[in-house]
Parts: sequence; C-alpha cells; structure tokens
Amino acid sequence: MDLPLEMSGGGDEGVVVLLPGQLRDLTGGEARVHVDEPADTVGALFQLLRATHPAVYDRIFTERREVRPHVNVFVDGADIRWVGGLETPVRPRSEVVVIPAVSGG
Amino acid sequence: MPEAPTGSPARSGDVLIAVGTMKGAFLFSSAPDRSDWQMDGPHFPGEEVYAMALDSRGGSNILWAAPGNPFFGTTLLRSDDLGATWSGKDERPVRFPEESGLSLERIWQIRPGPAEEPDRMWLGVEPTCLFESTDGGDSWAPVQGFLEHEHRERWTPGKGGLCMHTIIPHATDSERMLVAFSTGGVYGTDDGGRSWAPRNTGVRAEFLPDKHPEFGQCVHKVAYHPDRPERLFLQNHWGLYRSDDWASSWQDVANGVPSDFGFGMAVHPHDPDTVYIVPLESDGFRCTPEAKLRVYRTRDAGGSWRPLTRGLPQKDAYETVLRDALDVDALAPAGVYFGTRSGKVFASSDDGDSWDMVIEGLPPVVCVKASVLA
Repeated sequence: MDLPLEMSGGGDEGVVVLLPGQLRDLTGGEARVHVDEPADTVGALFQLLRATHPAVYDRIFTERREVRPHVNVFVDGADIRWVGGLETPVRPRSEVVVIPAVSGG
Repeated sequence: MPEAPTGSPARSGDVLIAVGTMKGAFLFSSAPDRSDWQMDGPHFPGEEVYAMALDSRGGSNILWAAPGNPFFGTTLLRSDDLGATWSGKDERPVRFPEESGLSLERIWQIRPGPAEEPDRMWLGVEPTCLFESTDGGDSWAPVQGFLEHEHRERWTPGKGGLCMHTIIPHATDSERMLVAFSTGGVYGTDDGGRSWAPRNTGVRAEFLPDKHPEFGQCVHKVAYHPDRPERLFLQNHWGLYRSDDWASSWQDVANGVPSDFGFGMAVHPHDPDTVYIVPLESDGFRCTPEAKLRVYRTRDAGGSWRPLTRGLPQKDAYETVLRDALDVDALAPAGVYFGTRSGKVFASSDDGDSWDMVIEGLPPVVCVKASVLA
C-alpha cells in the first residue's frame, strides 16, 4: 500500500478519493480521483464517482450497493463503519481513502 | 511484481493448458507431441482464478478467465491474443439484479455453448446461479428459472462456497441441460431453463440425517461425453456414480477405488466408457490415499478402476486435486492433465498410461483446462 505521506484534498469545493494500487489500472494509473460536484455524504459522493468511474465503483460496492466486506472506507481518517456508514458526512476538501482490509493469505 | 506476460506463443494445432491458481493464471503450450511445455504468466498476479476456458468455436481462439479477490470481487475477462492483452477490466457484465438481494462472489465455470450456437455461453457462479449470454459474452443475465427457484433458501454452501461448478447442455436436445452445485446437487431443465428439478435419486448425502434427500447433496463434479448423450458420471462428496438415463437415477460405481471421495473427474475425449478421477482419502483428510499420487481410470464405465502411477510420485505424496483441476485434451491418444494444491501440474500424452511433471512451485492450482488451438 503506497499511500502518500501527506494527502491533500481536491479543489476548493471538491473531494479527493484516494484509491489503492489494485484499482489504479481503472484510472489510468492515477491514485487520486477528484470529485468536484458537491456531495453531503460519502454515499452521495460515491454515486457521483459511479457516474465518472463506474468500474471503480463496482470494485468497491456489491450489486446491493453495499461496500464490499473486505474493503474499508475512511473519511478524514475515520472508518465509515463506525461513524455513520454511507451517511457519513463529507465536507469540501474532505479526504476519502479506500483501503483493502488486511485479510487472506 | 512479476513482469507482465507476453501471451502464449501457441499456434494452431498446439495444445494449451490454462492453469488457474489462487494467485494468478498460467498458460502452458506445446506442439501436439506434448513433450515440451512453454509457460506464460502469471496473468493477474495475486488474484484467484477459479474459472478459465478456451472457446475455439468458429475457428478463432478466445481465452476467457475470471480473476478475482476477496477485496474487490470477481470479473470476467477475454483475450483474443492468448493472453497478450485482456479486455473487460472496465466492465462488470456479470451482475445479479439488485432486487435479488444477491451479489456475485466468484465465477466457477465458463462454458462455451454448442458449436451451432457460437454466440451462446454460460457461467456457473457463487452464490449458485446460471448466467447466460447470447451475444458471445458481451452481456450476461441470470437464468430466471434458476435464480428464482423455490429451493434457493434451502441450498447451503459447502466448504468451497455455494458454487455452481458443472454445466452440461444435452448433446442432442437444446431444451435440456443439467447443472450441479455444492450443496444442492444435480438439477435439470427440459424446457430451456424455465423450470428446474433436482436429479439426485441414488446419490448419498453422508452429512445429512436423511442420506437420500431429494436435493442437498454435495456433488463435486459431473462429467459427460456427447457420444453417449444419456450417460453421466458423478464424483460426490463420498460417492462415485453413473447415470444412464440423463440423471433420472444414479448407480454406485466405486468398484476398486481406494476411496470414493474426490473432486475432479473427466471423460476420455474419444471413449465414453473411459473416465479419470483422483481419489482422496476422506473429507477430513483431503489428500491422496497412502501418500501415493494415483489417477484412477475406468475403461468399462465404472465397472472397474485401475490406478495409473507411472511417472507420478508414490511416496510422501500428500496431494489434493480440486474439482476443476483435472481435464483432457481432444487429441489421440488423449492428453490428460491435472494440477495440485501444492502447485504441481502433471501431463500425460498417452491416455494416462504415463505422466510427466510440467511444473512445480505454482500457487495452489484450482483450475486446469486443456484445449487444442483452432
């Protein structure tokens, strides 16, 4: 996992989504996807991401629109599972990080 | 990360073994004498590949693979250049409808359709379902009659998950098809997939209080030869069976095997009475009995089985061959191939009489598919 030491947000109103290496072949090698449309929650943010990067969305979410069980999503450092799930608020310049869980062999 | 593979150098008439493992896929190719194997891989390093297939209908070689991982799920990819490039990464064509409440865990089987229908294909997936494509694999939909089956809530996953691992279209009647999955057993349709009924009469379920339920058996593999269109062979979770009436009934044919537990099963390409299996000691100890790696072959449709050992380790061989890791090619004499959980691949070019190790040291092998290139 080669996350940058210092993660910066998007533009003034945007949110940056940081993706793990396994998903970067779906973004032309980019680790960061900027979502410039406003979104109140991380769930709404991912729906905006779905419109521009459907393959990335499909790797993170199941057909039931649930985050895959072995994928963790953090908003400003907090695991959304413990702070409101997909209703977790995002703000302009929030940092959303997608990281596969530590599991498997 | 390993260097990107360049694609198999195989040419028309060569044999290609597609090997799926827990950590990627590998392609082995050889001239028809099958004496010298060239490896290409790993494809999809780090990803599990439970299903691969080469579709040579129509004279072109289309290679299919279903890489996936527990983090980001499974997808279906296609290569038109034997693995030099793969397409489909940006798509997710195999999806359950949202209203089904199901989500795709794994693709277990890729089954090209009959030669006269070159755009038809099927997939067997987990949680158990049959998907169909009628446009050459560009789009997929679950077969509704199976998806909405009234038994679905009572099907339960085995150790490998609730997986559909066998898809057998009838050789002469396009309305008829069999599928098999663990656990649930064999189901068949006679009306093109609109309705499905269990076909497990005679197949034991050792792990249930009722040893002969209508359904719920843990069938590990069913094998078929189109020249004998009503006959099937079945490797069960305990039990080795033959049916001569398109799965309406099953008879025990475990005659002379050290164990009737096992996974893989394949029928000889030119002799429907010849079948190959690799018995394992038990469900508790899923290793080759007596630490000897033996393929068993029947030449009389299960009337008797004989061990094939020449070239296979007969000492300290605690090997496991999984349900899709045994296959045959279409040449004469037949090539027979299998892979082990310890990462070895063995090949025979003489109907199984003798064996050579193609490679050792692969990740655990879960899928072996042999084909002759168009």
